[in-house]
This record gives sequence, C-alpha cells and structure tokens, in this order.
Amino acid sequence: MSLVNVSNLVAGYGNNAPILQNVDMTLQQGQIGVIVGPNGAGKSTLLKSIFGLLNIHSGEITHNDKSIIHLRADQLVQQGLAFVPQEFNVFESMSVEENLEMGAFIRSDDLSDSIDKVYGYFPPLKEKRNQPAGELSGGQRQMVAMGRALMSNPSLLLLDEPTAGLSPLFMEKIFERIIAVNKSGVTVLMVEQHARQALAIADMGFVLVTGQNAFTDTGQALLQDDDVARSFLGG
Amino acid sequence: MNTLLTGYKKEALIVSFCGVLIALVFANFGSAFGLRMLTEIACFTIIALGLTIQWGFAGLFNAGIMGFIALAAFVSMLVSYPVNEAFWQSDFSSQLGWVFAKLLLGVAIIWGINSLPTLRNRIKLRRLLVVIAIAITYLVFMQNLAPVARGIETGAGFIGGFGLPVWMGWIAGGIVAGILAWFVGHICLGLRSDYLAIATLGIAEIIKAVLKNADWLTRGTLTVSPLPWPVETPGEIGFIASRAQYLSVTIVIIAVIFWLLQRAYSAPWGRMIRAIRDNELSSAAMGKDVNGRRLEVFILGSVLMGVGGAALVTFNSIFDPSGFLPLHHTFLIWVMVILGGAGNNTGTLIGTVIVYIVWVMSEPATLWVFEGIKHLGLEWFAWQVPNDFDSRALQMRVFLIGLTITLVLRFAPSGLIPEKIREH
Amino acid sequence: MNEIIFFINKVLISGAAIGSVYAMGAIGVTLIFGILRFAHFAHGDMMTLGAFFAFALTVMFPQAGQAIGLPTGFVMLPVAMLLTAIIAVLLDKTFYLPLRNNNVSPVVMVMASIGVTLMLQGLIRLFGGIEARYFFFAERKDIFRIALPFEDASRKIVITEPQILLFLFTLFSVFAIHYILNKTKFGKAMRAVSDNPDLARVSGINIQKVTIVTWLIAGSLAAAAGTLLSLDVSLKPDLSFNLLLPIFAAAIVGGVGHPYGAIVGGYVVGFAETLSIFNWAIFLRPFRDSLPEWFELSSNLALVPTEYKITVPFFILVVILIWRPTGLFKGKVI
Repeated sequence: MSLVNVSNLVAGYGNNAPILQNVDMTLQQGQIGVIVGPNGAGKSTLLKSIFGLLNIHSGEITHNDKSIIHLRADQLVQQGLAFVPQEFNVFESMSVEENLEMGAFIRSDDLSDSIDKVYGYFPPLKEKRNQPAGELSGGQRQMVAMGRALMSNPSLLLLDEPTAGLSPLFMEKIFERIIAVNKSGVTVLMVEQHARQALAIADMGFVLVTGQNAFTDTGQALLQDDDVARSFLGG
Repeated sequence: MNTLLTGYKKEALIVSFCGVLIALVFANFGSAFGLRMLTEIACFTIIALGLTIQWGFAGLFNAGIMGFIALAAFVSMLVSYPVNEAFWQSDFSSQLGWVFAKLLLGVAIIWGINSLPTLRNRIKLRRLLVVIAIAITYLVFMQNLAPVARGIETGAGFIGGFGLPVWMGWIAGGIVAGILAWFVGHICLGLRSDYLAIATLGIAEIIKAVLKNADWLTRGTLTVSPLPWPVETPGEIGFIASRAQYLSVTIVIIAVIFWLLQRAYSAPWGRMIRAIRDNELSSAAMGKDVNGRRLEVFILGSVLMGVGGAALVTFNSIFDPSGFLPLHHTFLIWVMVILGGAGNNTGTLIGTVIVYIVWVMSEPATLWVFEGIKHLGLEWFAWQVPNDFDSRALQMRVFLIGLTITLVLRFAPSGLIPEKIREH
Repeated sequence: MNEIIFFINKVLISGAAIGSVYAMGAIGVTLIFGILRFAHFAHGDMMTLGAFFAFALTVMFPQAGQAIGLPTGFVMLPVAMLLTAIIAVLLDKTFYLPLRNNNVSPVVMVMASIGVTLMLQGLIRLFGGIEARYFFFAERKDIFRIALPFEDASRKIVITEPQILLFLFTLFSVFAIHYILNKTKFGKAMRAVSDNPDLARVSGINIQKVTIVTWLIAGSLAAAAGTLLSLDVSLKPDLSFNLLLPIFAAAIVGGVGHPYGAIVGGYVVGFAETLSIFNWAIFLRPFRDSLPEWFELSSNLALVPTEYKITVPFFILVVILIWRPTGLFKGKVI
C-alpha cells in the first residue's frame, strides 16, 4: 500500500510562478525514496510541499490515503510525518537532549525509551547529551537533527540533503544510519546531491528536471539507465 | 461595488467628503474658527508629510515625533522671540557665555582624544580616556551652569530670544530637528527596526523634560507668549484676515514640499529608497548603502516635522513645554498617516484633514455622549458620577485613537488612498 | 557612618526595589521579544492594569489582608495576576494574532502595540480616574527601622513591608522562571521557538500554545511588578509611560530574548538610576573643613538632577546600542 502519494502537484513560493509542474510521486511503506536532479530542479521544493511549507496551487498529496495538503506542521507531525531541514536544523542554544525532547513535543508519554533508541542510532550524541547543539560539529548536528525528527515516532521521515557539507566519511556514516532507521520500519524520503551514492541505497528514485518528473524507477534501475547517467550523473 | 469605487472615483469621493466636512465646520462654527482649524491642519500636514517619508517611503518607525516638534518649536522661539534686554545687560550673559565656552573646550578635548594618532590602535585605552573626558566635561558643565541658571531665573527670568524674523526661526527649527535625527539615526538605523522606535520615544520624553525644567532657557511651566507671527497679528488686522494670511503661508510651504516630494519620489534617489524598503536584503546585496539612504530619509522627514512643528506652535502663539503630549503630537499624526495611506502624499493630506476634524469635533461629541450617560445613570440608577467625570470622559478619545490604529493596521493596512506604484 | 546608612537607604534599597520592578517587566518584554519578535510597547500599561485590578480587589475586600497578616493588595496579587494574564492572552488573540497571520513586519506589530497601549490607557483612566491612589487606606504600612550596632550611627536603615515583599516575590519569580524555562515542556518549547521558530514549527511545536503560555507569564509578571511598585509608592495611571523606557533599556542591556539577562539588566538600570540621582555631596560634608579654600562645596552633587531621571535609562540604552547592541549576554541578533 502506498504510504505517500503526490499527484499532479503544482506548487511554489508565495504567489510567484510555481516551481513544480504536475509532479507525481508514490512511495510504499518501508521504502527509501531518493529525489535527485540538477540544481534548481525543485527537489527541496517537492519535499517542503509535502510538509506543508509552500503554497500549493493545485494537485493532491496523500499520506495513508488521507489528504494532507491543508494541515499545519504540528498536525502533520501528529499524522506521522517528520521533516529535517537542510540548514538551521538544530536548536543551537539548547542541549542535545533538549533538542530531542522538542522533537517529541506532540507526545505526552515517557520519552526515555525513544531517547535511548536515538542514542542507539547515534552513539556520539550520548556523551554530548548536555552540550549545546550549537557547539557540535556538522556531522553531529545532522545526527541531532535526525534524532530530533525520529522522536515523534514518525512513519515517514523527510530529509532535505542530509549530507550537504559533510566529508565523504561522514556521508557514508549518515547513509548507514539512514538505512538502519529504515530497517526499523520508518519510510524515508530524501533529497540528495550525491546522486550515485544515494540511489545506491534507494528503493525508489525520482529524477526531477526543471520542476517536472524526468525519470522514475527503482534506485538500481536508474543507476544503470544510460539516459539518466548521460543527462546528469556525469557519464 | 468595490470595482465601482476603485481608482479615481474613490479618490474623488473621499476628497469631496473632506470638502463637505470643512464646509460643515465653517457653516457651524464661523470663519474665524474654520480658518484656525484649516491652519492647524496645514501645520499638521507638514508634520505628517515628514512622517510619511520616514514611514511610507523608508519604513522607519518614529515614535517620538513630539520630541522633534518640541525641539524645533523651542529653537524657533529662541530665534524669533524679542530680545530680553534685562538678560543681556546682566552679568549672567557673559557668565553663560563662559560656561558654554568651557563646554566647547571640553568637547574639543574629547574629540581630540578620540582622534589622537597615538591612540588609534589602543581602542580600550582610547575608550577609557574618552569616557573620563566626557564625565569631567559633563560634571564641570553641570556645576558651572547651575549658579548661572539660578541667577538668570531670579533676575531676568529667562534668556529671551534673538529677535530675528520668524521664517529664520522655522528654518533653524527644521535644521536642529534634522541634527537631532542625525544623532538618533546614526545610533539606531543599523539595528533592528524596533530600536529606533524605543530610542525616539525616549528622546522625545527627554527633550520634553529638559524644556520643562530648564527655566532659564524656556521659562518652563511659566510658558512663553505671545510668540511673534510671520504675518500681521489678529491684534492688527483681525482674526479672519490674519489667520487667512497665516494659512496661505503654510499652504505655500506645503505646495513646495509636495512638489519636491513628487519629484524625489520618481527620481533615482526615491526609487532606491523604496527598493530598500521593499527588499532590504537584495538592495544591500546590490551594493546600495542601505543605512546611508535611510539616514537621509530620517533626517529629511525630521526637518519637515521640525518646520511643521515650529509653524504649529507659532500659530498657537504660546510655547508651553507641558503642552507637548505624545497622544496629540505623535500618535494623532500616526493615525493621519496610516489612515490616509502611508507613502502617498495626497493620502497623507486627506488623512490629516479627516483625522484632525474628527479629532477636534470628538471633544464636544464625547462630552455630549457622556453627559447623556450621566443623565441616564442618575435617572435610572441614581448613580452619582465622580467629580472628574468630564476629564475621564475625554480619555475615551485616547481609547478611540488606539482602536483606530489597530483597526486600520488590520483591515486597511494601506490606508484610504494606498501608495500608487508608478512605472517609469 | 550616618552617610553610609543614608547611602544604603537611598541607593541600595531604593535601587534594589525599582530594579526588581524593572527586572520583572523586562523578563516579560524579553520573552515576547524572543518569541513574537517585536517590542511590546503596551507592557507598561499591562503593569498599570494589573495594579488596578489589585487595587479594585483591595477596595472590594479591605479585610482580606488582616486575616493573613499581609497587606491586602499583596493578598489579592494572585487574582490580579491571573486576570491580567487572561487579558494579555485576549489582547493577543484580538489584536496581534490577526496581524501575525497577515505576516506583517515587526514594525507594524510595534505600532499595533502602541494602539493597544492607548486603548488600555484610555480605559484605565476612564474607569480609574487620573489621580494617584494608595493601597494603604484601611491598613497601616509597616515600616521597619533597623538600628546598626555602631556608636556613631544615629540614623537607621529604613525598609518598608512592601519592599520586603517585592524582594521576596522577585526572588520567587526568578526561580519560577528558571524552573519553567528549563524543566517544563512549554518552557523548553518557548526557548526553542525563541531559538529557531521555523525549526520549532516543523518539529511539531504548537506555536499558538507556546504564544499563549508566553503571554500568561508576561502578563502575570507585569501585574505583579505593577502592583508591588504601587504598594510601595502609589498607583498612578501614568505609571506605565515612565516604566517603559527603563524596561526596554533593561531588556536590551541584558540581551534581547535572554530572560536572565533581563533580570541583570533590570538591576543595572535600577541601581544606575539611584546612583545618578544620589547626592554625593553628603560623603564630602564630613571633610568640609579640611577641603581647600577654592573648593567650594556645592550642596547638591548629584550626577543627574532628579527631574532628569528619565535620561539615565536612555543613556544606558544609547551606550549599549553603540558598543554592544547584542547586550551583555549576547541576545538575539540585531
């Protein structure tokens, strides 16, 4: 059954000309979906549209077969979505643990199990639990940001360029963690610049070009597709 | 309905509404009162035009218009009030001169320390020395001034004026208001917009406190009157002729300002200002000196406020520092500008006309309504009203000004006649 | 010795008292600044409003204090705080929320808050009149005179009951604020919104609820500060305007959006005021005879004449804006 389904989406910033033109996208429960494409193709726009941050001109977005285009961010979190922005994605003045607690704002039950689970995914955070997140390195911040998003027990995790600005070593680690998170039953949809590496771990790949669907297939299929490789994976 | 009333039709309707209002005032209260009100409207228009450039063109929040008005009115009084011979013949005139000479010396020393080449790279030491120099100058000045001020107050009363023509006073008032704006703007314009509001609010209260308490300079609560007029006074040619002359002087000023503003609006300078207001970041990115332009606008607007304020106080013919009220001299002007349509000169003019007439008429109207309440209260509930019922009733106007501000911001944020974006 | 006692009375005790009032006001202003991103000009009138609620309750139940042994105005404080807090939330709902939903710039919010100021001012004076009022019309205000164990100390340290209550209450509210911000879910959420509003929104934090909590805290602290100040001095409707500038100065000195900074800022401004209007000639008087001839001792050596007290917070504000616009504790970026 499809967990998230985008159909005929036209969306953009404010009342300006829409960036996305009739985009379609479907992701099944438990999959990893990767949105790739050249700069300015509308990758982040698609992700933000799903999370209700942009102006949707027309089209439909459903989650568990329910329309979610009119929901506020906190209602989306209640529905089981979680979003990690690309930049400014931690509360810099707050400690690591407080960052995690903020991710669980919608919950009123005991958080200690979930916090331990996040420390399980990201062991370095445990020893930094009382340090302000603003003092951490880029990779550790990304862990805090993902950990925060996981605290609401989402069924769908949206990641906007989780490896931007990280060294290749850290990128590997983050991808590894994303797979681990996915194995625990969380569907992941992410935007990535590192297209080859990302498609390698993807169940589904969506190639966007100038705000439209260019190719949609499994990650492996896209990697082997000559057209895709020629048009933007660089040969 | 809405489409019918767009553009010029709506404007024509509003203008004729203003005309009807003015005609009604003339018919009911006579020409002398009508002319007085029109002259006051004209003076407020000059002030409001100053605000409309600050707020409408550049988005600068001036919460202390009262301070600029009061300062300019004082300067204008100082320049144009007849010479006080008693002061100039007393010893205190030379003593006061010495006090200010010492102040100048102090300022020169401070400036010298600040620009001493050997201290250029030792910022901490320089700061420390500047602070010490400022403190010493201040203390010496205060200690020296106190006995002289007391002497002037007991002898000559106050220093009087320079006996120069009134128009020079108005110009001087405008210039000093501009200098004040330069100081305030210099400190606040690089910071977030709220800080300018806080600083101007504070400076207005300080100027009022100084003018109210420096009796040797302003006679304080004793007030100075009658202020000389730029035209023949009512005593010489009667109220109607005299006020008509005064009105024509102010209308000429408004016409000149209007002409200059309309030109500036479409000139490259005006376009740059509006570009900065509408998108500060991209303007800064395009290499425009955002704060420099803003400072210019802030000074220009304050000069207009000064000229208008000087004209207003001169017309009332009395300089009374306690008479400057934030409600009347700051927030009323805000209502005029935002109701009329910020950034639109015609809108500002119309806003001023409507708001001022309503404001003047609201006093008798409020009292009438509350008289009715008092009457009914007594009849029905045997309610004894408090002694200060009338002064309390007038507080209703304060409430209404506040309500108007919030309602306009919410429901008609661009005012009755919004700024027209003209293509060039 | 008497000079030192005079100094303690005039500078330390008075400065701590007014500083506590500024601190409580500045916490509210700084929280609103941090979360809603605008300078709330109606804060002074919220203080006056709270004091009027307390006064009205005191008039209605003049006996309530005696039963407990505290001034009636203080006993009524919790009710006044609650009422003011509710009014603050309602003001936000009616006047500020619609503007926020229109995405207006912070300056427009500032202007709206001035509109609210005028409305509150008008209503307070309409119903409360314009003359000063005293809380202690039916009770006695306790004044403690503490003699010091020194032989040459004939003067006594004077402290009033309302001042003691003010100090205790400020201490209590500082701990309460600390607890709320660091230990409770909504308090932490307030810090999160202040830190990064966009991220707070996508984290699922309900901004509207956080806003309500902010107004509840700011409103009740404003009411407490207004009431405790009026208990000590008197209740004047124009209280608000004189408080506004020192409170803003305190909030900016402490670093905008920084509650602990606001507390420090409040005391900085409070002590600066009492130190500047203190007559330093008193300390020189004992040495009158040994001073050189040319040094004529003036009877008043205050740094700032009392009538210009308002220049002190302004001066502090200007200095901090020039040298350290982020405040002592690195507040929100300017």
